[in-house]
Amino acid sequence: MSFFGLDCTRKKETEVERKIRANDREYNLSFKYATNSIKTSKYNPFTFLPLNLFEQFQRIANAYFLFLLILQVIPAISSLSWFTTVVPLVLVLSVTAAKDATDDINRHRSDRKVNNRKVNVLINGKLISEKWMNVQVGDIIKLENNQFVTADLLLLSSSEPLNLIYIETAELDGETNLKVKQALTVTGDMGDNLEALAAFNGEVCCEPPNNRLDRFTGTLTFGTQKYSLDNERVLLRGCTLRNTDWCFGLVLFAGPETKLMQNCGKSTFKRTSIDRLMNVLVLFIFGLLALMCIILAVGNGIWENHAGSKFNAFLPREENIAFSAFLTFWSYIIILNTVVPISLYVSMEVIRLGNSYYINWDRNMYHARTGTPAEARTTTLNEELGQIKYIFSDKTGTLTQNIMTFNKCSINGKSYGDVIDHYSGQRLEITEEITPVDFSFNRLADPKFLFYDHSLVEAVKLELPEVHAFFRLLALCHTVMAEEKKEGDLVYQAQSPDEGALVTAARNFGFVFRSRSPETVTIEEMGIQRSYELLAILDFNNVRKRMSVIVRNPEGKLSLYCKGADTIIYERLHPSCSKLMEVTTEHLNEFAGEGLRTLVLAYKDLDEEYFSEWKQRHHESSVALEDREENLDKLYEEIEKDMMLIGATAIEDKLQDGVAQTIEQLAKAEIKIWVLTGDKQETAENIGYSCNLLREEMNDVFIVASNSPEEVRQELRDARLKMCPDTEQDKFLIPEIILGNTPKVVQDESVNGEYGLVINGHSLAYALESNVELEFLRTACMCKTVICCRVTPLQKAQVVELVKKYKKAVTLAIGDGANDVSMIKAAHIGVGISGQEGMQAVLSSDFSFAQFRFLQRLLLVHGRWSYLRMCKFLRYFFYKNFTFTFVHFWYAFFCGFSAQTVYDEGFITLYNLVYTALPVLGMSLFDQDVNAGWSLEFPQLYVPGQLSQYFSKRAFMMCALHSCYSSLVLFFVPYAAVYDTVRDDGRDGADYQSFALITQTCLTVTVCVQLGLDLSYWTVVNHLFVWGSLGMFFILTFAMYTDGLYRLRPSSFAFVGTAQNCLSQSNVWLTVALTALLCVLPVFAYRFLYTQISPTINDKVRYKVCKMKEPAPRPRRARLTRRSTRRSGYAFSHAQGYGDLVTSRRFLRRPAPARSTGFTPTGRSPGFKPTGRSAGYSPVGREQNPKQKVEPTSLQMFRAVKDSSF
Amino acid sequence: MKNEGETTEQPDNTAFTQQRLPAWQPILSAGIVIPGFLLIGLAFIGIGVGLFLTSQTITVLEMDYTGVEKDKPCFGCTIPNIQNCTCEVQFSLSTLFKGPVFFYYGLSNYFQNFRKYGVSKDYYQLTGDTQYFTNPQDSCSPFAYDSKKNPIVPCGAIANSMFNDTFELYQLINGTKKQVPLDGKGISWWTDYNIKYRNPSPVNGSFANAFSGTRNPINWPKPVYELDLTDQNNNGFLNQDFLVWMRRAALPDFRKLYRRITQGDYAEGLPAGNYSLTVHYNYPVLTFDGRKKVVFSNVSWMGGKNDFLGIAYLVVGSLCVVMSVVMLIVYAKFKFSDDDDV
Repeated sequence: MSFFGLDCTRKKETEVERKIRANDREYNLSFKYATNSIKTSKYNPFTFLPLNLFEQFQRIANAYFLFLLILQVIPAISSLSWFTTVVPLVLVLSVTAAKDATDDINRHRSDRKVNNRKVNVLINGKLISEKWMNVQVGDIIKLENNQFVTADLLLLSSSEPLNLIYIETAELDGETNLKVKQALTVTGDMGDNLEALAAFNGEVCCEPPNNRLDRFTGTLTFGTQKYSLDNERVLLRGCTLRNTDWCFGLVLFAGPETKLMQNCGKSTFKRTSIDRLMNVLVLFIFGLLALMCIILAVGNGIWENHAGSKFNAFLPREENIAFSAFLTFWSYIIILNTVVPISLYVSMEVIRLGNSYYINWDRNMYHARTGTPAEARTTTLNEELGQIKYIFSDKTGTLTQNIMTFNKCSINGKSYGDVIDHYSGQRLEITEEITPVDFSFNRLADPKFLFYDHSLVEAVKLELPEVHAFFRLLALCHTVMAEEKKEGDLVYQAQSPDEGALVTAARNFGFVFRSRSPETVTIEEMGIQRSYELLAILDFNNVRKRMSVIVRNPEGKLSLYCKGADTIIYERLHPSCSKLMEVTTEHLNEFAGEGLRTLVLAYKDLDEEYFSEWKQRHHESSVALEDREENLDKLYEEIEKDMMLIGATAIEDKLQDGVAQTIEQLAKAEIKIWVLTGDKQETAENIGYSCNLLREEMNDVFIVASNSPEEVRQELRDARLKMCPDTEQDKFLIPEIILGNTPKVVQDESVNGEYGLVINGHSLAYALESNVELEFLRTACMCKTVICCRVTPLQKAQVVELVKKYKKAVTLAIGDGANDVSMIKAAHIGVGISGQEGMQAVLSSDFSFAQFRFLQRLLLVHGRWSYLRMCKFLRYFFYKNFTFTFVHFWYAFFCGFSAQTVYDEGFITLYNLVYTALPVLGMSLFDQDVNAGWSLEFPQLYVPGQLSQYFSKRAFMMCALHSCYSSLVLFFVPYAAVYDTVRDDGRDGADYQSFALITQTCLTVTVCVQLGLDLSYWTVVNHLFVWGSLGMFFILTFAMYTDGLYRLRPSSFAFVGTAQNCLSQSNVWLTVALTALLCVLPVFAYRFLYTQISPTINDKVRYKVCKMKEPAPRPRRARLTRRSTRRSGYAFSHAQGYGDLVTSRRFLRRPAPARSTGFTPTGRSPGFKPTGRSAGYSPVGREQNPKQKVEPTSLQMFRAVKDSSF
Repeated sequence: MKNEGETTEQPDNTAFTQQRLPAWQPILSAGIVIPGFLLIGLAFIGIGVGLFLTSQTITVLEMDYTGVEKDKPCFGCTIPNIQNCTCEVQFSLSTLFKGPVFFYYGLSNYFQNFRKYGVSKDYYQLTGDTQYFTNPQDSCSPFAYDSKKNPIVPCGAIANSMFNDTFELYQLINGTKKQVPLDGKGISWWTDYNIKYRNPSPVNGSFANAFSGTRNPINWPKPVYELDLTDQNNNGFLNQDFLVWMRRAALPDFRKLYRRITQGDYAEGLPAGNYSLTVHYNYPVLTFDGRKKVVFSNVSWMGGKNDFLGIAYLVVGSLCVVMSVVMLIVYAKFKFSDDDDV
């Protein structure tokens, strides 16, 4: 979004306190507060060139080449013409400048768009439509529904009762649920009375601009009164006004001083591990360059001393030997500069950009339902995707869809939900072909609800009492709010999606929950409306793990309906149910085995007398001041016993498509997945099982849930000892020098067997303390899977940082919500799930796509290829440049160390830019060892990337040695071939120009052949590039050596005629062939023998693919069926305290449109923390684009009533 | 709106964007590499034999006439400051030296490839641009002006250090000397003579006038317009000896074509017999331990005599054959590709 620029201007003087007087521009102007125009762009047309050049020359490579250029214009040491450096430098600078310019033009455009938005400003008692940029601090502006908030405002008045307004903060924190703000009564009373507003002269005294989104302090002085202001009164820029007709606000902070802009600090610049390695290598290269130049300078000194001095008659030179050596040093710095590759960085950027586009273009990562393609938001991190070792994943919205579906149930010992084939009696897989149950008999049915077992609906129609009791319970025992905007159009607002699913299921099976009041629940049972008197809600909490309602049916019968975790309910059942319990337990195990979340349902008929007595005690306890909770719990225990079992429900926490398969694939690629979730332990564990992270076959799953650091440490240590009994205390730390500030790295420890670790939030807090963190890390890294529950956003980042700190591994964090932002930013690669829950995660991510399953394609295909291509590119690039440069080094020994180049200057200029640029670029954009299908078929291919096998210091040294060999061949073969020889017409053939041309032809052919050897995927483009470049070499060589150019500038094109004189010689071509083959054949032989003796996984797969000559297999979409005896998590995920609210008189049902609803913030019950996550329930498909339509949340269903009796 | 968005946001289904471009995917399989090596090896051995045999047919006669040793004929000329010294080098041929015979002079330990030597010339002067006659470029320094600030043409170290020994070859027949005609035409590159170097246009009909106001290089006894007074086409910058010298050598030991023996009785070659070479010894090389030599050689299709290429091809070819055998053994022993445990 346009709000998020790269740069935020900061105010120079620090403001201590901000004073604003409403409607008094003169007064406010005296403080020089920033106006509301924002500027995220960096340049304007005049400053672009100087500023951009200044920035570019701050880069070490560019500065180095500028330095070279300066050296080159000093005649005493200039060994090369200036254009050999200027041409590449200008090219590099202009490519970068063009990129910067387009970026900046885009920023200008978005700035202009934002600055020119219109808003109504109150000026001189009239509302005038103004551009955003002209709004000033102290102005009163009017916002209308669905408008963006212009600046940080003090809310004055609104169209809604109680001066409430609703805002959506998705752009700020990613939460799509609406938040409520309320104006002060004193300002709210002005309403939309323009005269009153224009006369308003309140003075605000508040904090200076800062970046804290959740805090605001200030005072408003109006009349004689002083009012304190807090965050409740302030609207922040970046929010959107929702469900509110209009509101008036006073501008407090504008433009760059708004909290949003203050918050958009420079995002940390991520670099890949290859970048970091390159920095080390570049230092090494500089060292090598210096070493070579020193050797040559010393050589020059010795030569001058021995031979040169006597040669002075023919060769006038510097007399002072030491000075001559010094000049030689710098001359060779110029000549050998090509070891430091100037075009390397530009080429790397181009390659990364290209590979980023492939990600954007990939149709297999395009989510058709939401219309979201994958997006590489950062274009500089691609190859890092091929080296991921740890994935940190959020759960809700990432692994799961946050959609609950009522899948199965067990009623009175009969299990429903499976589709059985009539003939074979086998359970059928639920696919598109199976027709779901037709609910058309029920006009109130939710059309999105799908159920496949027809026998259950038959049972309902047969009016089996147990089945009816089952659904009646589901329709009554909950805290869901119903809204019926028009007859039959029911919308449920559930605090937890589980509850919503259950109530919706009851609705479809003919037990429709229609409405509730504090005292009644109205349901429609098989078409007959019945009102139940709601006598008590025995609410859910984490200890009770159940909830009950006590209702009186229209016939006057008292019943208690209870649903809860199986273990809890079973303890409280009447002994007569034992037989049913057995059967139900079997069903429960079956459900749990399929990863479903279960609840057990029970009821009990109550005795009128007993209940009234209980009710009395309940009332006493609930108003008592002491031990209130305890007494209530006791009371609840008392009444919730000897219940009769009805059955059990099974709810599927729907995984995103293909999650389990993706996780299996990633596990095969030896990527470790840690789930960091804010959910409860049970839920998280359950999801762990259902998406195959935790497996029944695992040797053990450790659960760490302790309340002190010592215990946590002990538990972790026990777990580790169990995994690896002979683990030693200190052996795991290996010294690591390269990482610099981190002195040690935790080694991977081998474990026999597979283990899982589940750690809860409390324990994690202790585990992350500095003296326990290593213990935690060691243990966690030995496990296949780690699940952290109840994790705060900060802890998510801490876990990522911990792994980054002690593991030399690349991490990836994937999430969808605002709470994942911290870990997305902390990890090497951040991936945002787009199209789900706000934009914040996507905005701070490096890559984004719509579905978790695309991760396997991103990593195993794009990441692997990017890494492979980048490594191949680097290896080849270093090879070709080193080979090119080292030849000069050898020649030095034969030309008196005089800094004479071997090649023509034109060749030196064009070698990197024209002759060898495109083939290697083609390789790095198109190469693939095996195609995408095979990459997914063999996830093991990913492992070399994690170990950085394709490009490392060792690989670099190999490149250097290879270059050394090639350059020796390239120099000495032509040397020996032309030594004392002549052309076939007897004329001179061993002159410098011929020698130069022979050597450069040999070099160009050799590097082309070498590239051909490296290239494993010859597309048309590659052919074009390789042959084209080779052809280009000859064409340009002939062109440059023609008389036309020579006439133009004889000193630069002095090679006139060399090409036709030299390349017409057969022995020249024999030399070229010999050189090229001598350079390449050993590589051929080495590679062949290496693949034979110790083939890598890559070689094996390639061989296999080649042998089969078949297209890649279609990705397998086999559903993973698990059989497990594990008891699954129970289906309750909401917070306690909701029941209070339902029965309290603090709400009023409003069948009217939801937008005019509200609640009193002051009257909020403790512990009631509605979150964006669980709100907005929809049983099957959820609203996929929350940005356009925001459903009213459950929050808005409550309406404040000024009830004096309460 | 939404439908539109979907169609535009969905990436194109092209082979390029989906990275499914058809491609040739060669792999280093034994079936290609081993026969490949064998074939290359055999081909190289074949070429090597051809080259080596060709090289053997080329006759080269090389004679050092520096005169370092006291018993050498030209020892007398090595005394410093001696002027117009001449010496005679005798040699005999037992068989016919097959023609056309090329007559080279050679210098060793002579760094024509030294960078500062190499740049020490003025291309504009040498293309006949008289503007640069009076104002030679800085690159010629210190041979741009003489001590009296007169501009030098042709300026620079290369021109200044031009080789100035001259030779006459006689066949000794029965005590009489029969001069062998030496052909000095066309010994430089065609492009040098026709394109790269240009004489200035004559001024007032006189070629010499074009050079007025300039002086000859310090080491030269005569100006450049008097290099060959007999043949105006071989005079000035277009003098063949000058052109040969200006094409500087790549390596510190080099030979340059002096004359060709193609005329008269010697068109078929030098017959067996005794010969005498008269050397006008002018060029000092002893100061830098240099050596001077004369070389008679004939050529083949592969140029002058050079055993290296032939031997190198033979060695590389043999190595390839050996490697292919080694690979075959390794392949037979390991043969990873047959197990399918990927």
